[in-house]
Amino acid sequence: MPVAKEKLLDLYRTMVRIRRFEERVSEEFAAGNIPGSVHVYIGEEAVATGAIAHLRKDDYIMSTHRGHGHLVAKGGKMNLMMAELFAKQTGYCLGKGGSMHIADLDIGMLGAAGIVGSGIPIATGAGLSARIRGTDQVTICFFGDGASNIGRFHEGINMASIWKLPVIFLCENNLWAVSVPTSTSLAIQDIADRGVAYGIPGVVVDGQDVMAVYEAVGEAVTRAKKGEGPTLVEAKTYRYRGHFEGDAGTYRPREEIEKWLARDPINIFREQLTKTQMLTEKQVAEIDKEALEEVAKAVQFAKESPFPKPEETLDNVYA
Amino acid sequence: MAERQIAFREAIAEAIKEEMTRDEKTFAMGEDMAVIGGAFGATKGLLEEFGEERVMDTPISETAIVGFALGAAIAGMRPIVEIMRCDWMTICMDEIVNQTAKMRYFTGGRPQIAVVIRTATEGGIGLGAQHSQSFEAWFTHVPGLKVVMPSTPYDAKGLLKAAIRDHNPVIFMEPQILYGASGPVPAEDYVVPLGKADVKREGKDITIVAWGGITPRVMNAAQTLADEGIDAEVIDPRTLRPLDIETIVASVKKTSKAVIAHEANKTSGFGAEVAAQIQELAFDYLDAPIQRVGAPDVLVPINRNLERIVLPGPERVIEAVKAIL
Ligand SMILES: Cc1ncc(C[n+]2csc(CCOP(=O)(O)OP(=O)(O)O)c2C)c(N)n1
Repeated sequence: MPVAKEKLLDLYRTMVRIRRFEERVSEEFAAGNIPGSVHVYIGEEAVATGAIAHLRKDDYIMSTHRGHGHLVAKGGKMNLMMAELFAKQTGYCLGKGGSMHIADLDIGMLGAAGIVGSGIPIATGAGLSARIRGTDQVTICFFGDGASNIGRFHEGINMASIWKLPVIFLCENNLWAVSVPTSTSLAIQDIADRGVAYGIPGVVVDGQDVMAVYEAVGEAVTRAKKGEGPTLVEAKTYRYRGHFEGDAGTYRPREEIEKWLARDPINIFREQLTKTQMLTEKQVAEIDKEALEEVAKAVQFAKESPFPKPEETLDNVYA
Repeated sequence: MAERQIAFREAIAEAIKEEMTRDEKTFAMGEDMAVIGGAFGATKGLLEEFGEERVMDTPISETAIVGFALGAAIAGMRPIVEIMRCDWMTICMDEIVNQTAKMRYFTGGRPQIAVVIRTATEGGIGLGAQHSQSFEAWFTHVPGLKVVMPSTPYDAKGLLKAAIRDHNPVIFMEPQILYGASGPVPAEDYVVPLGKADVKREGKDITIVAWGGITPRVMNAAQTLADEGIDAEVIDPRTLRPLDIETIVASVKKTSKAVIAHEANKTSGFGAEVAAQIQELAFDYLDAPIQRVGAPDVLVPINRNLERIVLPGPERVIEAVKAIL
């Protein structure tokens, strides 16, 4: 299925926006402007971008602790994101939740996850809600290879499959869960193989190739909308930085990192697009400049925003 | 010779190392604890010392970690497992509460369930609502469990060694804010018995009972109070279950006033249990209502200023003291 040029440029732009956002987050964290811990998405941009490109505003996503890329791709506002990371009152969570707890219900972003794997049943519940209301909304549930080993993975996907819920379980397999490699935490090569256990398709896709992700998730979305149930999609990808900002990540072999750096998802897509004359050098520079400006504005907004007031501390525990 | 100083995290690692050397039935497992030596560096060197057979990185599977520990214990082993953070103990709560804690009693007292579950607890470092909680009161509520929460490297090492030697399940809670804190720890073998409180500072005017990460700061507060002529006695129970209420009550009989301070939420916090026991045993000695210091009924916000409002510090302890003096 040919994809319109405008869509391709959108995909490229989204990936660049995520990258520039995360690079700046990393800098601001190092500068001491971001409290807590942040996990950036650099290296994995093609996954969120290619998958979420299929969603409408009212479709849902459930994110993870490494969630900034999902949110940018779903249409999240960088100003509010950055302000939240800075723990400012103007942030998505009023400066109280931080990086791991951002949600934006206006765009179907159900939340992130400080507890690994906690999103899987939650996403399934959102899928159930669409079924009960009789809408054709789909939910994409992102989670890591590490999360696939927690009990909730089984409970969530099993229920989604018996009830044929419109959920796409998108495993971002970046080969590591903090210091533990998939080679020691899994006895199988492909997490997608587990789809068999639930009677649903399990699809492996190159997570560095945005069009490959786009295609695989496209099929899963179609299947979900037809009422045929969930799909388990496993995107093979890599996080370019440490587990969290400040983690030197010395447990990973140098050659492995280099191998994956050579497969930078943004470079791969840029080459594809420039080769086919879809994208000019001038556009590349423009997209980059716009992304940098957007991020700079977000940082300025965050910096100029006030901190939450002490008297707001106890708000919002109950409705 | 100057006393040897080591960090809290090193005290933990030493305790495990010494006990694993002493007893071949012990083994250690948890997430990220082997190759990198733990998310907080408290298990560094164990893998090198004991090898992969006895020091294991697990998948992210809290339920299985505790369930496996129980199974191994029933079969005669003495597992030392780690749940990276107290916040995630909720995931394996059934394994802890309905299985591990109950196994001995409902099987007629036969198996020894010598399981130690270590976990980093409390907040204070800006990590927000799912990385800052302290559930000691959840565990003290459960018969069959012992609950330990040290506040110095010395106590951490001695209590952990005692916990590993104990024949019961022990929830061993390590305040994350203290991992880097140093203190004197002798190189010689010693244990700190479970169920024994420590009078951290003697005083005659008021009793302050405190545990966990707030305790060193309570000691500073006691110094501030001393400068103002108030002589506070500070008691760290160190083990919350079984609780050494005798030491606390003896102190209250002397001072007639008590403040209880912990970082966890005040409502239904373990401070309520301590207060209730004090009034049961020493009501006639009390000159003022017992004061409790704990977090208000709210989650821990990511913003550092708000976090400081939520998590009690020494000022709140001083206020509570002054309210009844
Ligand atoms: C239940 C639970 N256990 C442990 C952790 C600590 N932790 C945070 S992220 C992480 C690794 C997650 O790995 P994965 O799911 O593969 O995601 P990635 O970080 O690789 O994107 C761990 C162990 C947690 N947050 N929640």
